[in-house]
Amino acid sequence: MIEINKVSKWYGEFQVLTDCSTSVAKGEVVVVCGPSGSGKSTLIKCVNGLEPFQSGTISVEGTSVGDPKTNLPKLRARVGMVFQNFELFPHLSITENLCLAQEKVLGRNHDEAMEKGLKLLDRVGLKAHAGKFPGQLSGGQQQRVAIARALAMDPIAMLFDEPTSALDPEMVNEVLDVMVQLAKEGMTMMCVTHEMGFARKVANRVIFMDRGSIVEDAHKDEFFGQPRSERAQAFLSKILHH
Amino acid sequence: MNLHIDWGVLLQESPTGDGPYWKLLLTGLKWTTATALSGWLLALVIGAVAGVIRTAPIRALALLADAYVEVFRNIPFLVQLFFWFFVLPEILPAGAGRWMKQDMPYPEFLTAAVGLGLFTGARVAEQVKSGILSLSRGQKNAGLALGLTLPQTYRHVLLPMAFRIVIPPLTSEFMNTFKNSAVALAIGLTELTFQMKQMVEYSSQVIVTIFAVTVLYMFMALLVNRLMAWIERRARVPGMIAGGGK
Repeated sequence: MIEINKVSKWYGEFQVLTDCSTSVAKGEVVVVCGPSGSGKSTLIKCVNGLEPFQSGTISVEGTSVGDPKTNLPKLRARVGMVFQNFELFPHLSITENLCLAQEKVLGRNHDEAMEKGLKLLDRVGLKAHAGKFPGQLSGGQQQRVAIARALAMDPIAMLFDEPTSALDPEMVNEVLDVMVQLAKEGMTMMCVTHEMGFARKVANRVIFMDRGSIVEDAHKDEFFGQPRSERAQAFLSKILHH
Repeated sequence: MNLHIDWGVLLQESPTGDGPYWKLLLTGLKWTTATALSGWLLALVIGAVAGVIRTAPIRALALLADAYVEVFRNIPFLVQLFFWFFVLPEILPAGAGRWMKQDMPYPEFLTAAVGLGLFTGARVAEQVKSGILSLSRGQKNAGLALGLTLPQTYRHVLLPMAFRIVIPPLTSEFMNTFKNSAVALAIGLTELTFQMKQMVEYSSQVIVTIFAVTVLYMFMALLVNRLMAWIERRARVPGMIAGGGK
């Protein structure tokens, strides 16, 4: 469904991505990990065109992301994205956050959008908070709303950009639970995360990035069992040892 | 100069033919209010547009808006007014110049209002821009990632928050339009400061006149301040500390 082929990206002289190639099949859950600054967030933002790239190709269900003729808003409406800092719209209530794009992008009427939004809010366990504003919710609750907001667009795939990194430890699990549930239901997911427990539980494949390159792209058992590269071994030993 | 203070002078007939002195000041108040309000509305529109353009990814337009802000922010308002009133009609094509000099209705008022709008607009543009830039980049990305177009993202995501953030500096700007409108006396607009000068000259009651005008200016500033405070309260986002406390 998502095909990434030899993607390179530079910020001026500095190369942030080097010849990255991988793919995510329908229903597959792929976890992207690696040290900070390795380019994993940049790579995932290239998938829905939030970050431009200078060479290579990315296609989502056959639509080329880098092609200037591509209608990016239309493509993005079909690919959900969840951010590290939630990025709910603070001046809108929870239900307005859930309805905005459904109405403005998909053209659903308000009742339809509301029904869908409330159903998803219930699913992430926050129906009681429908009338509140983002600033009145905890980080974990905000992130669950953000996931519901993305799901309200009926996406064909979901991108997660370090969804639990900005959360207090006690709130990490409530967000991961929602993600695990999604994965089990067959959602196509690409997740940048350091939550190796999540990767072990639901990932099909793990991609390890370092300094802008994909160093390892393997089935999770293989990745956790015997990572081939020394850098991945070193990384794993650091984050799994405490 | 007569330092004898006579409050009754406000009720005396002025030799200008405008009725009693209080009416003279009232006419001034009317023109000051009209100039300040129309200048402010114009400034809001120009400032919002220029401010947005300066943060948008169309480079040529952004440069143009930057140039506008720099030029209008860096030249004294008095000089700008002189330019619009005395120079522009001379350098325009003959027909347009003649129209400005002979047929344009309320020439002093229109020149002052538009001049004030352009001057204040540059300052508003600066604030709108800083308001937009103060929002995290993630907000824009979140709007775009949901499939909103860039204009929709500005309209529904960025601007509502940016404007809330810049309400306090905009309040000062709004109050400034009233104070700056006094400069228009230099092109002969009979606004409040112009009338103050007239009244001082004819009545010699300097203290009474300046006291009355001061009270009127303070009253207008207070009204603007209260109005903006009301807007700020109305626009407050629950659960957020923005623009001054919960």
